[in-house]
Amino acid sequence: MDNEENKSMPKNPADKAFVVFSYAFSIFMALLGVLPFIMLISGSFTSEAYIINHGYSFFPGEFSLEAYKGIFRNSAKVIDAYEITVFTTAIGILVTLIFTSMTSYVIYRRDFPWRNKLAYFLFFTTLFSGGLTPYYMLMMKLGMKNNIAALIVPHMLSVFNILIVRNFMNGLPYEIVEAAKIDGANDFQIYTTIIMPLIKPVLATIALFVGLELWNQWYQCMLFVSDSKLFTLQYYLYNMLNNATAMKELMSGANVDTSSIDIPQESTKLAMTMIAAGPVLLLYPFVQKYFVKSITVGSVKG
Amino acid sequence: MRRANNVKAYKALKKRSLWQEICRYRVLWLMAMPAIIYVLLFSYTPMAGIVLAFKKYDYASGIFKSPWCGLENFKFFFKSGQAAVVTRNTFLYNIAFIFLGNFLQMITAVFLSEMRNKYSKKLAQTCIFFPYFISWVVVGAFIYNIFSVDYGVLNNILKSMGAEPVNVYTQPRYWPFIITVIDLWKGVGYGSVVYLAAISGLDTSIYEAAEIDGASLVKRVYYITMPMLRSTMITLILLGLGRVFRGNFSMFYQLVGNNGVLYNHTDVIDTFVFRTLLSSNDIGMSAAVGLYQSVLCFVFIMMANGVIKKIDDSSALF
Repeated sequence: MDNEENKSMPKNPADKAFVVFSYAFSIFMALLGVLPFIMLISGSFTSEAYIINHGYSFFPGEFSLEAYKGIFRNSAKVIDAYEITVFTTAIGILVTLIFTSMTSYVIYRRDFPWRNKLAYFLFFTTLFSGGLTPYYMLMMKLGMKNNIAALIVPHMLSVFNILIVRNFMNGLPYEIVEAAKIDGANDFQIYTTIIMPLIKPVLATIALFVGLELWNQWYQCMLFVSDSKLFTLQYYLYNMLNNATAMKELMSGANVDTSSIDIPQESTKLAMTMIAAGPVLLLYPFVQKYFVKSITVGSVKG
Repeated sequence: MRRANNVKAYKALKKRSLWQEICRYRVLWLMAMPAIIYVLLFSYTPMAGIVLAFKKYDYASGIFKSPWCGLENFKFFFKSGQAAVVTRNTFLYNIAFIFLGNFLQMITAVFLSEMRNKYSKKLAQTCIFFPYFISWVVVGAFIYNIFSVDYGVLNNILKSMGAEPVNVYTQPRYWPFIITVIDLWKGVGYGSVVYLAAISGLDTSIYEAAEIDGASLVKRVYYITMPMLRSTMITLILLGLGRVFRGNFSMFYQLVGNNGVLYNHTDVIDTFVFRTLLSSNDIGMSAAVGLYQSVLCFVFIMMANGVIKKIDDSSALF
């Protein structure tokens, strides 16, 4: 898609109108995509008093850094959440890449007599599952409650990714494997020295998708973690937003002095949302094209 | 007698050769071992836990010693009327997501591909793709920013026009609309990339021929692009239908949360199972509903795959 040319403008008025409409539609969709986040950013830089009086808006009515300052003054928990998220994301990506590429390599090897059986054995798990309840009880039995492994293990292996990598390998000429065998390389050496360098592009895209999934995860954290030291960033944000709402509902009935209780302010909530989404926002413009490529090149089925 | 001995000897030989075969590929077996152990432990072991659906779970006796209760768990689920509600919601939401989603993704791809300047096209695509990357927690936060009674954008606008503010969090009837729009919005970027790839793979000589024959741009789009995208669309719709009983837990949970007022219109099988397990701690029933969903999903994936196989074998899942 990179060497694509600009298209020329048609001369016929009806066609011109169509092109204009295409622009209008695309711009409209593009605005829908980014406006909510502009609102978030603007709100997080607006003073609390202005939000209370005027509500959220697309431009900061009264510019203020108070919300961010407030978070950084009391930042121990946010930093904890950041550390947990960065750690689980990094380890998760690394383990996934090793597991996925190794398994794909085995079912890619045409001389491996059980390759189809193994592929079905793995693939069947995407068709049928025991459901949440047995899974939850198993994880508890394995000691995953308040264990950082609960945030990594569920993301370590995806059969879907194995199939994508295998499809990619199938595009490589098989002769390289045979040649390496004749040269005396063993199966593991073929994987590390011949296959690995060739599948880097598809591994990179898998790293991106898994990394995004890990960075945005909160569900496993909600299921298995109650110790706030192990909260991921998104789950920390979720808790903050919902405790605030719950608190307010509780307060609205009773005649309680709310000033003594630490309820996050509206602008603080927005600033925290920005901090949780921050790295994705910053990296997005640079990695977006790799995601696009991976959807098209990876020949993902579905 | 001698024959029996021969058979025995042959069997022993064959056994050894299978073992030798395995040994010959021991490196590959070792390399596959992590994945084999992983799915055995985390996917196949829970399948044995399906027995929970037929048991009255007792914490003291554990999974396998708890007493059987037949179909009691299922009976309760179906008789209480919850089965009908959550099944209907899961099905109808997914139908809306699949059909409206694919339509929107396709026309977005068509309009994007008609943009003349490649940089503005890329910029637009980048913006449209953006919501896909944002976690559901953040999306939930910003939905709250729009609809919050006190500070929400919607109510600000309503108030400034002199209208009464609306609290959508107490009004179930708005939610099918809100949830569908949010799903379309978050998925349109990803989906349109698939359609854009299909469009860029189309044979340009057909367009050139049509242009020479005097077909206008609108006609070329309508008579060439759209029909050529039909097979992509059908495959994607069928793949979606295979998952029609799998609700998007993250989305429903983050948008609706534990707001019981809205359940009748927003509860899907996944959120119901989650609540039954973790809020009411009803292990037997949550396992039963989970099994009910797994079976429905299995049947639908098999059917969808069967149909895809008939239409276009190369797009089939297996």
